[in-house]
Amino acid sequence: MAKYKMHLLVCGGTACHASESERLLDTLKTIIADKGLDSEVQVIATGCFGFCEKGPIVKVMPDNTFYTQVTPDDAREIIEEHIIKGRKVNRLLYLNPESKEHVSDSKHMGFYKKQLRIALRNCGFIDPENIDEYISRDGYEALAKCLTEMTPQQVIELMKKSGLRGRGGGGFPTGLKWEITSKSVSDIKYVVCNADEGDPGAFMDRSILEGDPHSVIEAMAICGYCIGASNGLVYIRAEYPLAIDRLKIAIKQAREYGLLGNGILGTGFNFDIELRYGAGAFVCGEETALIHSMEGKRGEPTMKPPFPSVSGYFEKPTNVNNVETFANVPVIINKGAEWYSAIGSEKSKGTKVFALAGKINNVGLIEVPMGTTLREVIYEIGGGIRNGKKFKAVQTGGPSGGCLTEKHLDTPIDYDNLIASGSMMGSGGMIVMDEDDCMVSVAKFYLEFTVEESCGKCTPCRIGNKRLHEILDKLTKGNGTMEDIDRLKNLSKVIKDTALCGLGQTSPNPVLSTIDNFLDEYVEHVTEKKCRAGQCKALMQYTIIPDNCVGCTACARNCPVNAISGERKGIHTINQEVCIKCGACLEKCKFNAVVIK
Amino acid sequence: MTQVKSLADLRRIKENLQGKMSLRENSNNPESLVQIRVAMATCGIASGAKQVMEFFIEELDKRNIQAVVTQTGCMGYCFAEPTVEITLPGQAPVVYGYVDINKADSIIEKYIKNGELVDGIIPVNYETIQK
Repeated sequence: MAKYKMHLLVCGGTACHASESERLLDTLKTIIADKGLDSEVQVIATGCFGFCEKGPIVKVMPDNTFYTQVTPDDAREIIEEHIIKGRKVNRLLYLNPESKEHVSDSKHMGFYKKQLRIALRNCGFIDPENIDEYISRDGYEALAKCLTEMTPQQVIELMKKSGLRGRGGGGFPTGLKWEITSKSVSDIKYVVCNADEGDPGAFMDRSILEGDPHSVIEAMAICGYCIGASNGLVYIRAEYPLAIDRLKIAIKQAREYGLLGNGILGTGFNFDIELRYGAGAFVCGEETALIHSMEGKRGEPTMKPPFPSVSGYFEKPTNVNNVETFANVPVIINKGAEWYSAIGSEKSKGTKVFALAGKINNVGLIEVPMGTTLREVIYEIGGGIRNGKKFKAVQTGGPSGGCLTEKHLDTPIDYDNLIASGSMMGSGGMIVMDEDDCMVSVAKFYLEFTVEESCGKCTPCRIGNKRLHEILDKLTKGNGTMEDIDRLKNLSKVIKDTALCGLGQTSPNPVLSTIDNFLDEYVEHVTEKKCRAGQCKALMQYTIIPDNCVGCTACARNCPVNAISGERKGIHTINQEVCIKCGACLEKCKFNAVVIK
Repeated sequence: MTQVKSLADLRRIKENLQGKMSLRENSNNPESLVQIRVAMATCGIASGAKQVMEFFIEELDKRNIQAVVTQTGCMGYCFAEPTVEITLPGQAPVVYGYVDINKADSIIEKYIKNGELVDGIIPVNYETIQK
């Protein structure tokens, strides 16, 4: 076997793909082959490194050099300077935003220092399309251990002791779920992996499937062994083409190795996995709706009980777990329940993956132990707020969650603390907002999403959310009254209490939590007709300060609706009736004469 | 493709890949391992640093020593090329000059395995600005 002395790990996640990482990979390979280095240097496409903000990422091993924002044009320089001459390419190294120094080594980047990667252990480290690399990282050993050394009941006990809870948002204890499904009596049972990641801004499940698909396959087989199922199904949205490709490759490789199929590892255990594609409806992340969608019916939820563990896919007992939950399982079995339960907080064990997004410096995918504070996540890992603005709120839990503010920054993040603070864990999306974000508009944005995604089966969700959205819209247009705010609160409570499934029951959360935390902003929209963030267009007024206006006519010439009048070298005025508030005048004025009120 | 029929089969696949993956695994915590830096500037390469580096990579693997071998730029001792800097865990780095295959062999056997110094050490005669 050729002995490589260097490995170039190139990120092949969706975010980096979008910034030409595929062409970069090809360019690197071509140049290396041209230089005759292909027996010494290996180029590997990996899963997501998490640092999507600065993608595409190239990591050089063994010296652990971390290059950011590498373009195909940089490939030659990396090879000629770093690989051949041993000089790092400084301009491509990560620049510490505070010290303005280049950081060569990922270990010294604030982004990675606080992270503990369990579910993401192989992302950005192995080639997801090579089963051998997964095996070399203890892959499939947990499955072998379960099949040959443990009874299903022992594995379930171990999972229960580990304290792992469902990572899809609900936080239901995984071991307990497995136990309930294993006790349901039936000839056929199913293991379902929920890869229908629907929260806006969340991409942890996609990244795990793209970066480490075998960990999910292995865990599904283990689950199958525990509950007595030989069929596995992955429900994945068709919008994840790369994840689907990698998953298909991984399933094929596992079958070739006999790690899926009949008589796995020389035992009598049979298990195989098929894919089912979703069309990207948010409600299909709810387990009963998901099951209906897989059956070929409309993706509508039904009342629980019966729970899927008792009657699920085609009325057979079905165990539904999220991708991230599964990704934790092999490690827990290999390292033991004690090891896992030592990480995290009292009631939430282990780590959680978060997708950092919004007005934050380091947008990306991170994994931290439960109990890490929001401040650590936002300021130390996330690198603080973009452009030195002031932190206003962080939205967790997607459209079902709520906003947390300054006063929650030191709250340790876990399932129970987030709920106590009026939000929820959800699947782990974290959207950071700064002073330029209007909280009424934020609530309106999420309601727009739930109105769009409601399946329409139950009245509170179908009609109630629509009314909530209408009231919010009225407020942002400056037509709201104080009664509207009360109406929002009452209606929200009714929807929460009466909606059929999780989608409806949680959809008013963004409204309630923004009213709780930012009531003054709501009141301002009503009484002063003012939006302090300057986001509600209808409440803004562009005016010209006569003292600053020199009559250059730049604003009038650029106004698309001819709302500005005035003589050359005379003071100009804006006709508010005609103005569409596009901001072109403000942009063109060189004398700071145009202001927003 | 052969089927994996037992835990032993799995372990075999894992061992086959060990050499390849250890390069990545080790670079995550280089402090705890033997670190070898080979000066690979023009002067080094012309004097045979490339062969020396390959020798280190292959032999350390054969002799089952966990180490991180990296290349670096010119160390400035162009008169003594190829030069190699060796850092044993928890110790100050030592630079050896005129390292050919034979010298590399005795460095592995004596210094890396037993901590005995070998002839040809280039004394440190400068200070580095600490970052």
